[in-house]
Amino acid sequence: MNRFLLPLSIFIVVVGFLGIGLTLNPREIPSPLVGKAAPEFSQPELYDHEKRFSPGDLKGKVWLLNFWASWCNGCRTEHPVLMELAKSGQVPIYGMDYKDQRDEAMTWLTRWGNPYPIVGVDDAGRVGINFGVYGVPETYVIDKQGVIRYKQIGPLDPDTVAKKIIPLVKQLESQ
Amino acid sequence: MKWVMLIILCLSGPAWAGEARPLADDPAAEARLKHLAVELRCLVCQNQTLADSNAPLAEDLRREVREMIAKNMSDQEIIEFLTARYGDFVLYRPPLKATTTVLWVGPFVLLAVGATALVITLRRRAQKVTDVPMTDEEHRRVEQLLAEGGKRS
Repeated sequence: MNRFLLPLSIFIVVVGFLGIGLTLNPREIPSPLVGKAAPEFSQPELYDHEKRFSPGDLKGKVWLLNFWASWCNGCRTEHPVLMELAKSGQVPIYGMDYKDQRDEAMTWLTRWGNPYPIVGVDDAGRVGINFGVYGVPETYVIDKQGVIRYKQIGPLDPDTVAKKIIPLVKQLESQ
Repeated sequence: MKWVMLIILCLSGPAWAGEARPLADDPAAEARLKHLAVELRCLVCQNQTLADSNAPLAEDLRREVREMIAKNMSDQEIIEFLTARYGDFVLYRPPLKATTTVLWVGPFVLLAVGATALVITLRRRAQKVTDVPMTDEEHRRVEQLLAEGGKRS
């Protein structure tokens, strides 16, 4: 009996590790930017190229920065969630149109609705690189001091909004 | 005919490679980019290096690295730029840190454990083997069998 105890326990440990491995998502790479100041940028606005959108304008506010594109499927999935959140007025969502065509982006927003007070244009993807974006949609929660507090990789869903985003925004707003 | 084909094949290889991708004008800069890009992971197709990947993000990151090379930044600075944004994940060789010690030391620990277990088991087994004395009768039979086997083959 003793002879089987050791192999069995090793087997159980290995199965345990593999089991944990199965629950991990390799697409979710922890961002080193959470807890650090959001990178500065100054990008032209989608609806008015003369104007520039910069995170400095939003100091003292808790806000979300959502990287999206009209070519991105996940953004289409996420869009109703953003619309709902914007309508609730709990937190402003600013958009960053990532590597997109300007007219296509505007058509997309006209068709599906525009949850963003301001949309910046990042046609070269440089702002995206500074934020460590590697696939749209990605959403950042930025606090009153301009520090990134949370990064959502992939589409936001109602559950994540209710359980993570809203409580975090409330907590940051009370600070 | 075979020879002609072979010559065509040999000639077409390098010609093709030259056309593959528009490279920067400076071959030294391009060599540095290549050297760096094989050490960096593409974040979209995670098992490809930045050098291999055709993902748009990999193209952007190569452009970014090219620009940093043009600005005369050191390899160290370029790698810091990328890890500050994408984390250690972007490196194919994770750095030795408190959180990665298991990764680096683990295989050696496992090897040591395995080797120790092997030595212990072999020693135990050696102790278990005891001499069994043979009787004269058995001895004769063995001799006989060996002799028969020898004849047959």
